[in-house]
Amino acid sequence: MSAPLLDLDNITVQFGGLKAVADVSFSIGERELVGLIGPNGAGKTTIFNAITGVYRPTAGHVSFLGKKVGHHPPYIITARGIARTFQNIRLFASMTVFDNVRCACNMHLKHGISHALWRGTKVAAEEQRIERDVMELLEIFGLHEQRDENAKALPYGDQRRLEIVRALATKPKLLLLDEPAAGMNPTEKVELMKLIRFVQEKFALAVLLVEHDMKVVMGICERIVVLDYGLKIAEGTPGEIRANPKVIAAYLGKETAA
Amino acid sequence: MFERTKLILVACIAAFAALSPLIGGMNPYYFNILISVGISLILAVGLNLVNGYTGQFSLGHAGFMAVGAYLAAAMSLGILFPYLDPPQWAPTAEELAADPQATVAKWTYPFKALWLLFGWLINALFWCHNHIIPLGAALPGWGKFLFALFYGGAIAALAGLTVGVPSLRLKGDYLAIVTLGFNEIIRVVLQSADPVGASRGLPGIPLATNFFWTFTFAALAIYVVWNIVHSTYGRGFLAVRDDEIAAEAMGINTTKYKVLAFVIAAFFAGIAGGLYAHFFQYINPEGFNFMKSVDIVVMVILGGMGSMWGVCAAAVLLTILPEVLRKVAKIEALPEWAREIAENRMIIYSLILIILMLARPQGLFAGWVKKKTRPA
Amino acid sequence: MSPQTIEFIQQLINGLSQGAIYALIALGYTMVFGVLRFINFAHGDLYMIGGFAGWMLFAAPENEAKTGMWASLSRSFAAIPPGMPKVLLALALAMMFCAALGMLIEWLCYRPLRQRPRITVLITAIGVSLFLESFGQYIWGAAPKSFPTLIEDPAITIPETWGSISTLTVLTSQVIIFCTTLGLLALLTFIVLKTKIGMAMRALAFNQTACALMGVNVNLIIAFTFGLGSALAGAAGILTSIQQPSIDPLMGILPGLKAFVAAVLGGIGNLAGAVLGAFLLGVVETMVIGYVSPTYKDAVAFGVLIFILLLRPAGLLGKNVREKV
Ligand SMILES: Nc1ncnc2c1ncn2[C@@H]1O[C@H](COP(=O)(O)OP(=O)(O)O)[C@@H](O)[C@H]1O
Ligand SMILES: [Mg+2]
Repeated sequence: MSAPLLDLDNITVQFGGLKAVADVSFSIGERELVGLIGPNGAGKTTIFNAITGVYRPTAGHVSFLGKKVGHHPPYIITARGIARTFQNIRLFASMTVFDNVRCACNMHLKHGISHALWRGTKVAAEEQRIERDVMELLEIFGLHEQRDENAKALPYGDQRRLEIVRALATKPKLLLLDEPAAGMNPTEKVELMKLIRFVQEKFALAVLLVEHDMKVVMGICERIVVLDYGLKIAEGTPGEIRANPKVIAAYLGKETAA
Repeated sequence: MFERTKLILVACIAAFAALSPLIGGMNPYYFNILISVGISLILAVGLNLVNGYTGQFSLGHAGFMAVGAYLAAAMSLGILFPYLDPPQWAPTAEELAADPQATVAKWTYPFKALWLLFGWLINALFWCHNHIIPLGAALPGWGKFLFALFYGGAIAALAGLTVGVPSLRLKGDYLAIVTLGFNEIIRVVLQSADPVGASRGLPGIPLATNFFWTFTFAALAIYVVWNIVHSTYGRGFLAVRDDEIAAEAMGINTTKYKVLAFVIAAFFAGIAGGLYAHFFQYINPEGFNFMKSVDIVVMVILGGMGSMWGVCAAAVLLTILPEVLRKVAKIEALPEWAREIAENRMIIYSLILIILMLARPQGLFAGWVKKKTRPA
Repeated sequence: MSPQTIEFIQQLINGLSQGAIYALIALGYTMVFGVLRFINFAHGDLYMIGGFAGWMLFAAPENEAKTGMWASLSRSFAAIPPGMPKVLLALALAMMFCAALGMLIEWLCYRPLRQRPRITVLITAIGVSLFLESFGQYIWGAAPKSFPTLIEDPAITIPETWGSISTLTVLTSQVIIFCTTLGLLALLTFIVLKTKIGMAMRALAFNQTACALMGVNVNLIIAFTFGLGSALAGAAGILTSIQQPSIDPLMGILPGLKAFVAAVLGGIGNLAGAVLGAFLLGVVETMVIGYVSPTYKDAVAFGVLIFILLLRPAGLLGKNVREKV
């Protein structure tokens, strides 16, 4: 096997006395769609934060494209090719749908501040190119008609999809989706998963997906990592996970309680 | 569309040039107010980039104005800065003559070493200043004035950088107080800086600011800030304001944007300071105190943070308001208390602030002009 | 003892009495921050109001010609001979007045904004601060007023038998300031640690939602916190006026800002930190005045603020909190 795209090596994240993530290791290959599951509070979001540099792991390290991510700030990690969505939607509230996505193109601008100040000829051409790219992405997710609406005025499901569009606009190699289907009904969920598969293939992405609906996860992921209380308790194909007694005990036991 | 903004700018400047001779003959009282309006516009539009679009609450804008005013004035007057003496490590010959046992206390060494460190930096800056002065003096006519203005603006921008960088980790209330602190520090330093008159102020600055330059720079400030925030590049400022964590996750270097906002705003504040100095021909550190900063902040808040035209309207209104109030205070028919309140404009300002925040926190004028959303 | 040491001790004493004033004000900042997570910009002005409350009540000459209840009340207060009872009476009255005003401000201006963005509350607080200052100028005039003598303020003589220390100057007012501050701190500690309302305050600082769910009257506790903080600021206003009997409507700005710096230095939200920071700041400030130059007196606090925020933004005793993403 060639070097994986993303590699977590014994990641631990501690908040005071609480080990939110303890010694977790796994890796994701190119163009792979991996599921990350676990009961609430298992540490899934914390792993996302550790990968994207929002939190620094207390121990262990994350490598991307064979290089250690180290302690770079999030924007550099994004520039290297990791994009994410947030579990508690974090759209830019004062901006339109279009501008939300446009912000994410910021990183790929070829001109600097001086051109933006004076609106040189370069800027005009580039703004046009960005508009094309953004509209193309919005169309894939069916949001192009709401381009001038305020992002926070969208229905909940559309906001979640807009977050994905925004993440895609950074042109990532790895996309981290934190419960993208939360609050959607089953048909919407299925639609969204199809869409995720579609963009994964179209843009040749690797995807790490957090999702609570077992059926959905089992349906689309090639591989699944299971967390419980910050520990990785299992990893394998959907078939293996389904049969794993530890997962059944920890996960299903919790789910009925919750 | 993209050509249009530039066209408007050029048209405005041409109009100012045409109007300039007409306005020159105006009643000096109204002319004074007019120039003050132009200067307020530059200050408020610049501060709006920081407080409005980038969502950082700066409360020290007058400090940057002071830097610009003093350096532009120093340029016009050809004031050189004397270098600081290195610290004294050993007693001087005189001291030894008076008392052969004289010593310099050892415990002062660490402080002196620290002072030496900054002393060099300050002397290097002074050296630059002292060598730039003759360059400006060599320029003819308007060139000299513009050079002084840009020099003041550039040093103010440098001050903006020094304030911006350490302030980055701070948010909201903290940032407000730290910027206020920088404003006070700048004031205190100016008050004890002898070459520029210390607390006596700096008189005798040549008159150079006129209607044309003031409003050309106001138009430039509006043009530049407008362009930035409407470009994809500049949407980063708004992203920082809306959600820093999400902005970072979208590859936006929030640090860079915050510093940039400070630097651009400080530059324009410096220009405004230069214009002010070359119009009123006298500057005093007290004129750039915390209250002056509050004035500018009130303009931005009243206009609606992040609303270009609202802020412009508020800048015009609040510059004229004190004059109107002064007139009101002279109306005999009004009861005594009303006239006294009119004389104390801060009562009115503060009530406006409180009531505005309780009733209409988005600002008085925000939303009057429909927001444009499409890019160029 | 060498003259240098004496000089140093002298500065230390001056610094501690200045620090005591800062401590009283800083506590108000920190308590309000604890329960509401915002900096009450107007807090420094309550210190000024404290001074003026004392002036209104005790400055008989100013009220000589006037008639009415207020003037006669003031005349009878002024007739009390200078001494400790008068100081305590002034303290009590000013503290009550400031507490009432603090609660009124909270009720009128801050309570309606509790769910709004912090920036809105911050701007309101700036507005309130400007209002108190300008309104003070409107009713009392901008010129400084001389504060009535509450107690004679001679230097305390140190017995010759103590040796060279006798060259130290310790003012009665410094001792009063210091002791009163310690007394008020003890009272505050008792309220916060031992009473039910103090426990509610601490709980509120920890988790507001949970508090409300547990049946704590959040509005009441917040109002009480404002009252307590404002009372302490009012006390500081009286104590300063004993030492420097000249008050003006803008006198709260700088001490207010410096006390804020002290609160940040100690770790905002932390009561012990506020006191520690205040004494540190008071001492550093007097040292700079004594050994460097009085010019930089007012810049010291801001320099300290900038340093502490760069090196240890959570303050000396504060804990870092990370935003949950
Ligand atoms: N910033 C933080 N400070 C303290 N505890 C945190 C923080 N972020 C997450 N946690 C804790 O870490 C644990 C894991 O949380 P999280 O990663 O959000 O779980 P999941 O996403 O799997 O539901 C939880 O117990 C949560 O309370
Ligand atoms: Mg989660």
